[in-house]
Amino acid sequence: MPRTLFDKIWDAHVVEVMEDGTAVLYIDRHLVHEVTSPQAFEGLALAGRRVRRPDATLAVADHNVPTEDRAHGIAEPESALQVATLVANVEAFGVPYIPVTDRRQGIVHIIGPELGVSLPGMTIVCGDSHTSTHGALGSLAFGIGTSEVEHVLATQTLLQKPAKNMLVRVEGALPAGCTAKDIILAIIGQIGTAGGTGHVIEYAGSTIRALDMAGRMTVCNMSIEAGARAGLIAPDDVTFDYVRGRPSAPQGEALERAIEYWRTLPSDPGAHYDSLVEIDAASLVPMVSWGTNPEAVVPITGCAPDPAAERDPARRALLERMISYMDLTPGQKMAGTKIDVVFIGSCTNGRIEDLRAAASVARGRKVAPGVRALVVPGSGLVKAQAESEGLDRVFLDAGFEWREAGCSMCLGMNPDKLTPGQRCASTSNRNFEGRQGPAGRTHLLSPSMAAAAAVTGALVDVRELV
Amino acid sequence: MQPFTTLTGIAASLPEQNIDTDKIIPARFLKTIKRTGLGKNLFDTLRYDESGAERPDFVLNQPAFRHAEILLAGENFGCGSSREHAPWALLDFGIRCIIAPSFADIFHGNCFKNGILPIVLPADICAALQDDATLGGNARLSIDLSRQVIIRPNGEEIAFEVDEFRKHCLLNGLDDIGQTMQLIPAIDHYEARLAASHDWMPGVMVG
Repeated sequence: MPRTLFDKIWDAHVVEVMEDGTAVLYIDRHLVHEVTSPQAFEGLALAGRRVRRPDATLAVADHNVPTEDRAHGIAEPESALQVATLVANVEAFGVPYIPVTDRRQGIVHIIGPELGVSLPGMTIVCGDSHTSTHGALGSLAFGIGTSEVEHVLATQTLLQKPAKNMLVRVEGALPAGCTAKDIILAIIGQIGTAGGTGHVIEYAGSTIRALDMAGRMTVCNMSIEAGARAGLIAPDDVTFDYVRGRPSAPQGEALERAIEYWRTLPSDPGAHYDSLVEIDAASLVPMVSWGTNPEAVVPITGCAPDPAAERDPARRALLERMISYMDLTPGQKMAGTKIDVVFIGSCTNGRIEDLRAAASVARGRKVAPGVRALVVPGSGLVKAQAESEGLDRVFLDAGFEWREAGCSMCLGMNPDKLTPGQRCASTSNRNFEGRQGPAGRTHLLSPSMAAAAAVTGALVDVRELV
Repeated sequence: MQPFTTLTGIAASLPEQNIDTDKIIPARFLKTIKRTGLGKNLFDTLRYDESGAERPDFVLNQPAFRHAEILLAGENFGCGSSREHAPWALLDFGIRCIIAPSFADIFHGNCFKNGILPIVLPADICAALQDDATLGGNARLSIDLSRQVIIRPNGEEIAFEVDEFRKHCLLNGLDDIGQTMQLIPAIDHYEARLAASHDWMPGVMVG
């Protein structure tokens, strides 16, 4: 029977199936960070268990780390304790760890692929919902809770039921000014924040094939914002070229044998999908979110909705709440909305390609008066690469802050957060109420759109600047 | 894990759609290294104003619902992050059962790991239960997991579905790890097979 990419990876990792269909699924890679692991390690210690496969595990601190000078450690006591707890745990359990001061430190979803730890065909988990990012390599990658983190540490497996298959096919050339971020925001706008619930989304079509790995990771990263547990893209030569030479990837003849296997993974012709979504790339326009969930998006040429036009009372109440929280007026044009802060970074858009796109807009321009603009590379290696290309100078000359790697203002667990009422143009993934700081307001958009907002002081169609 | 067999308690209604995990427990409270103590910050921004005072209109601040053990939630409850702090905060507050038209996947799974029963029911039945809940302590709901029924204050029984394995774990208070540890020989066997077929796959190298 023809199988999908998801089916093939799933089948290859089933250790055993229980009577009710629950599978014991083998996990190839487990990424660990400081926020969702302390209670898992504590559970292991209390039960006298060990980490079954330290060599399949990688730990890094990213959520709490300051993005300023790290020579003085972490000032906030709770953040410092959480990172210190991770350090103590990786030492006690012998788990590979990248220290905060190491040049390879960064957001777990940036460094996994970057170091070759995440590879095609693997099952990859992490106590973080944006683990879906790694699906861009053609792996089955999904976020788990802390109890499951402990389960994987102890057994290298998870108890799972198979997901349904959803195919999202995007065809055609991407119009000027549009990026992978605009594709995924448009998809979420179309299927909704629960549209992918119970599914794994496979992204396919000529538009997806034409994306580089950074773009593919941006798309897969936000699968969870559509409710899908995972998103994946069939591995191809773009994938194999990306993997080649990375430190934890197979090398030489071993890599060639790996590629031979990876070439068997793409979905078979005639494979069954439970649902199908088709997007015409030609119809895409740079996107921006107006509300407080990631389906509340419009083209930058569009307007915030008018709740009065909504017939369903529950839906109308939701729109009213979002308009009010975001301090917009019904029907307000998105372009021209003044912003206070710009955040360029995160596991969604913190890769070198994202920084290049933002820098190309920022080059020779100045951050608008009164706007605070941060650039936070996704990893120390991304930062070093950007500096070798002179991108740091482009940003600094334009008046952006150039910072150390971490999750930063995507969720404000470190000192980088919005103050109440501030409006932020952000390349991150969630625009929930208070996500970037209590009472802060988030507009999700692409890196080039974010840079355009920084230099004009308002949401703006980037196509007017290039 | 505390077993879940039957529960009779006050139900509080929070029907808003898409209550995300940042609303259940904002990121600034995730800096703990413990599972307990999060209940005071459950729904923090909905529950307290900027000065930290309780918002009197929020359901769990109202005298009739301060001791609610059942939450009647809206569609796509628990969307967003994988943080298990969300069910930990609910449990620490005293919530043992959540009834909603739909849940986000990761949150739904996390509930079962913590002795919380999430029940999916059609929106019209959820709405009827929300009407019951307006009566506060005068209209307790009962949940019988082994029979898979909710008993309304008027005695009417509503059946619900639950995954068989998860039901077994909840009824007996079993944690997954202990059970999976019994399958170690199968895992050993799988790993041996993998090492042979995927001998190109290196370990994590960050030395």
